[in-house]
Amino acid sequence: MNIVPLFVVVPLGTAFLISLLGKRTKGLPDILANSGTLLLTVLSVGAIFLVKGAGVQVYKVGGWIPPIGISMVLDGLSSFMLVTVNLTAFLITIFSISYMEKYTAKWKFYTLFMLMLGGMNGVIITGDMFNLFVFLEIAAIASYALVAFGIEKEELEASFKYMVVGELASLFILLGIALLYSFTSTLNMADMGRVLIADGPGKLVPFVSVLFLVGFGIKAAIMPFHAWLADAHPSAPAPISAMLSGLLIKVLGIYALMRIFFNVLGIAPSILNILLTLGTISMVAGGLLAIGQSDIKRMLAYSSISQIGYIVLALGIATPLALLGAIFHLFNHAIFKSLLFLNSGAIEYSTGTRDLRQMGGLNARMPLTGTTSLIGSMSISGIPPLGGFWSKLIIVFAAIKSGHTILGLIAILVSIITLGYYLKLQRYAFLGSLKDKWKGVLEVPFTMKLSMVMLALICIATGALLLPGIREVFLKMAQDALSIGQDYAAVTFESIK
Amino acid sequence: MVYFLCFIIFSIGLYCILVKRNLIKIIIGLIIIEYSVNLVFILFGYRFAGRAPILAAGQTIKNMVDPLPQALVLTAIVIGLATTALLIAIAMRIYDRYKTFDITEIRRLKG
Repeated sequence: MNIVPLFVVVPLGTAFLISLLGKRTKGLPDILANSGTLLLTVLSVGAIFLVKGAGVQVYKVGGWIPPIGISMVLDGLSSFMLVTVNLTAFLITIFSISYMEKYTAKWKFYTLFMLMLGGMNGVIITGDMFNLFVFLEIAAIASYALVAFGIEKEELEASFKYMVVGELASLFILLGIALLYSFTSTLNMADMGRVLIADGPGKLVPFVSVLFLVGFGIKAAIMPFHAWLADAHPSAPAPISAMLSGLLIKVLGIYALMRIFFNVLGIAPSILNILLTLGTISMVAGGLLAIGQSDIKRMLAYSSISQIGYIVLALGIATPLALLGAIFHLFNHAIFKSLLFLNSGAIEYSTGTRDLRQMGGLNARMPLTGTTSLIGSMSISGIPPLGGFWSKLIIVFAAIKSGHTILGLIAILVSIITLGYYLKLQRYAFLGSLKDKWKGVLEVPFTMKLSMVMLALICIATGALLLPGIREVFLKMAQDALSIGQDYAAVTFESIK
Repeated sequence: MVYFLCFIIFSIGLYCILVKRNLIKIIIGLIIIEYSVNLVFILFGYRFAGRAPILAAGQTIKNMVDPLPQALVLTAIVIGLATTALLIAIAMRIYDRYKTFDITEIRRLKG
């Protein structure tokens, strides 16, 4: 049996079952959502070994042979992204069991959550340009609704802003796809790549590149297009903030950017320069904006912009080492940013506030949240044994080796800024003396603890992914899938036979 | 020429989103942009004096319209319907809370 379509079928099916049965049966949505994400995690780990053993897998939807029908392609990069997305989503659903108790319609939350997950898995696995747009819209629409989940004033405002900007981005992407279709007369990504190699880029491809750069740039919140993120991500419930910041901007933005630019259009030096510039700007400006924030989730959101800057910078350098760094940092950021957002959710759950100035000394009452948040903060700011250090080290190394010494130095400088504002977070929230009004604060329930501890353990262990033996399975395959560039078409067609 | 007109429609929609202060007018601007993109997509598949690509017995079709963009635009329209419905629902909720559609007065978030 082919496991490739299951990555879309399982979340969509779970969403359907939850919306059908969840309203009447209490507790069932929790079980369904958690077992669904657990199954997806197991499947995606299986997918890595499948690709390792048997090469690229292509599933033909409806039995049509690919250039004509829709295909789903599972290669090194997509299996890596599937593991990142589904593992993080599984840990976040564990957290949601207790956290979402305070909202009334838990089953609606889980339905939208699974729809968003289905959309993201679809974007990752599809081999068809228009299908990518459809899945992107499924994930995006579910996320708009989830941002407005609390229906308070701020949440509605943030959601509206996010929707208008996000829809504009989708329409830019659709226009780009329409122009590409008129040029190549095909929608299959591999076939499109083949036609573009045969015909040369012409004058259209640079124009389409700009459209895609704007569209996916907005989705990824790269710096000139970042304004929606700082409102939308803090307004959502904590598990959704973790999902949006940890996964959604990477899948809809960075992954789609990587796949289309590297594997389909073929990357041009001018585009690489744009990526380098935008990456550096968002890295620096995101970091500087984060320092001044007193709302804990808003600080984390600006920090996301800064870390996305690192990934885009590494993509712009585009040597194999830099691509490895980009992919590794993407995985690390998914883990520690989810952990930090869950920590902020735990603080909000126990104390009811997100304002850093009102907190203080919470370590005495919530030791576990404090410790895991310390691990997350140290990992994101690049303290040696933790995962974040290694990925930043690779990016800085790659920058210096390819002649961008100044950019490498800026990356180190931003890392110090990052350490600065995360120390501020620790200082205000967890260290110091306990304020009187927090004397009665209790540690969060068991499932929330479990999820945070597991994420913190993964944070500590990610450095091991670089060890020879493990690296070949996980990171190297994804990096190879990117480095082959436009040979993607040849590899995909090879595996159809 | 026709594509240029589509571009003008696109610009009108973009102007509407960027300049107008009323939530409903922003939504209308978004719908205008969506229509212009759909129109461009349909026009890419159009052939002059072309006919529908239906093959009946005893007929040979020399010049036919490309049917694929039509199918895709149909999907895009359905997606557009969903987003428009969600946008309007949220705009109504905002009106409930703020009693206004003016975006200069809906400013709880900043920084």
